[in-house]
Amino acid sequence: MMDGQPQTATVSWENGTLAPLDHLRSERADSPTPGLVEGTEPGAGQKSAMFVHAQSFEDLSAEAEEETLRAAELDESAGQCTEELKALVGEKNAEEQLNNDFSAESRTKEEDVTSETWRSHRKHVFVLSEAGKPIYTRYGTEEALSSTMGVMMALVSFVEAEKNIIRSIHADGCKVVFLTKSPLVLVGVSRTCQSDRELLRELQYIYYQIVSLLTLTQLNHIFQHKQNYDLRRLLAGSEYLTDNLLYRLDRDPGLLLSAVTCLPLASSARDVVSSSLQAAKSKNLVFSILLAGDRLVSLVRKKDQFLHHIDLHLVFNLVGSSSSFREGEGWTPICLPKFNTAGFFHAHISYLEPTSELCLILVSTDREDFFNMSDCKQRFLERLNKRSAYQSLKEALKCPSYPVEQVGIPELRHFLYKSKSSGLYTSPEFPVVYQSDKEQERLMGLYQDLHSYLHHPTRPLRSFYRCSETENLMAWVTSGFELYLCFSPLGTKALAVSAVNKLLKWIRKEEDRLFILSSLTY
Amino acid sequence: MGESLPRVPRGSQHPSNTLSRPVQTLRVKMVLLGSSGVGKSSLALRFGKDQFKSSSPTVGCAYLTQVVHLNDVTLRFEIWDTAGQEKYHSVTPLYYRGAHAALLVYDISKKETFIRAQVWLKELERHYVPGSTVIWLVGNKGDLTEDRQVSAQEAQSLANEKGLSFTETSALSGDQVTELLQALAHRVYECIGAQQGGLSEWREPSLVTLHHKDTSNPLASCCKVGP
Repeated sequence: MMDGQPQTATVSWENGTLAPLDHLRSERADSPTPGLVEGTEPGAGQKSAMFVHAQSFEDLSAEAEEETLRAAELDESAGQCTEELKALVGEKNAEEQLNNDFSAESRTKEEDVTSETWRSHRKHVFVLSEAGKPIYTRYGTEEALSSTMGVMMALVSFVEAEKNIIRSIHADGCKVVFLTKSPLVLVGVSRTCQSDRELLRELQYIYYQIVSLLTLTQLNHIFQHKQNYDLRRLLAGSEYLTDNLLYRLDRDPGLLLSAVTCLPLASSARDVVSSSLQAAKSKNLVFSILLAGDRLVSLVRKKDQFLHHIDLHLVFNLVGSSSSFREGEGWTPICLPKFNTAGFFHAHISYLEPTSELCLILVSTDREDFFNMSDCKQRFLERLNKRSAYQSLKEALKCPSYPVEQVGIPELRHFLYKSKSSGLYTSPEFPVVYQSDKEQERLMGLYQDLHSYLHHPTRPLRSFYRCSETENLMAWVTSGFELYLCFSPLGTKALAVSAVNKLLKWIRKEEDRLFILSSLTY
Repeated sequence: MGESLPRVPRGSQHPSNTLSRPVQTLRVKMVLLGSSGVGKSSLALRFGKDQFKSSSPTVGCAYLTQVVHLNDVTLRFEIWDTAGQEKYHSVTPLYYRGAHAALLVYDISKKETFIRAQVWLKELERHYVPGSTVIWLVGNKGDLTEDRQVSAQEAQSLANEKGLSFTETSALSGDQVTELLQALAHRVYECIGAQQGGLSEWREPSLVTLHHKDTSNPLASCCKVGP
């Protein structure tokens, strides 16, 4: 839809300016505080966003699923799914004894569940079936926890019998949060200071992770046929995806912000990448996604089809957790649960070069589309090479992030800035004080705190400032953006307030490098 | 041990082949089947790059190609390395359908993977036309002799009974892997290559892409190679 755009942008780059394009200047508030209105904030996409418009966090906690967005063409793959299901369920009796072995063998996390170390983990996550059968535990083995999970299910059922729903239990410094997503029940047990809502959000992610492997249709089908089915059989060998997702939930600001971040790249180069992806299209191709590690380089989509950031994070998790796409081309069914919980897409996943960070994901509706997708990849590469954009892309990979000093604000250590309308965020690399794993996790914990205040269900704050011995924190939310800043403890509130304006101006100046402003469709 | 061997391009024993006359290249669809964790991807990596790396479980399926030169023909193996996990079984028929070669891989140190290989065999037998697929039973992790649970005799007698070929390999050390691919190539060419329409010819994909846009590239027609 932005077909005309790349050329204009190229011109602007050749002029050597990073400022917004002239025709945009009039539409966008410049200063003093840009972005008080959604769609005009720095990083806001032009014309339309790449993602399903999500009220970020609230969208996640909301029960209303936008089922109506589902594309008609997906019916077909849903049909296939049912077919596959029949085969699956039919096959299961014969090999019951065989499959029980995998789950035990692939787990390396055997840990005594009666031990103090097990008990003292900061955050436990359990998934069980409505029959109380263990499906997943973050620590220890499911076998050892079957009676514990039985008790959890008993709690859920007991409250349900009174026509009520159990949400959480607070006791002994622990929060126990329940999420019932028939046919699954998810339970989080946390010693962190995260709110119930934050914990629920994390459980939602785990739920979607499981759905993305199996589809909800398949889950329902299985449990309708056999209530006490052991779902671990079907999840065997994929526990590492859930493990990694939980790790990311503690670490990745994108999961907290319901946004993704981009590889900083000159807009001219990005436009070439995007238009090359756009040109390498195919009938059943729905999304073409180019990643550099955990950063988005470009995303081209079928007209009127939007990808939800949760689905994109699930894709990031799949790609980032698996080494198997390094050799050869991967071809896998994948359900994008925010798009359609009923059917599988089929994703062609491959790195542009074996040692490269650049990974191309081509999502098709047709499971027999492998060679078409493979051909799309070739065409994309040829175009990219021809226009020498590949070289600039490789250059950009050398500095996938930027130091906070570039912004030029004294005492500013780190920040997260999310443009709400584009669903993209930007953040500098962690400064030296937060280099260690432990410190990074602590900082993320602080951001999570701020996030909870800004997204409090009944008393959400618009802005927040807090001094502590180790750092000063500030958060600000408008209808256009969310901003979280971390200053050294020497900073003052006045400095923080003036820093916000300066930072927003800087982001505006850099926006076409840090964000994807124009999103293309085939 | 195989690790230290210099990587010799296969078919280097016939270096004159490619120079003297165009050798026909035929496509061979090959599928690797077997339980999770028996080493299918490691075998595929050995076939392709003669390397060994421990890897995470395969997601869905991985596709690789490997060229094997025989005396009078070149075979381009299109290898479908399937995931052993049960949740992907429903899509596996996509990969073994029409396969010219199927490797049933098991782990010699895990009896149940041998049983699983037999389940795969039954499934293949339900779908394939006799004589159209070369099925090879592969006992991998040959280096784990101390933990062996499946004897070579047992596997050999299964192979004899079902008319399969059988090899024990070690993707870890590289032992018998190259030999397996060579033997397989000969076998496929003998059994299927000779048949009318058995193996289709492979053409450079660049030819296909040039074809796409030969209006824009006046040189396209000069660049065509092959028959």
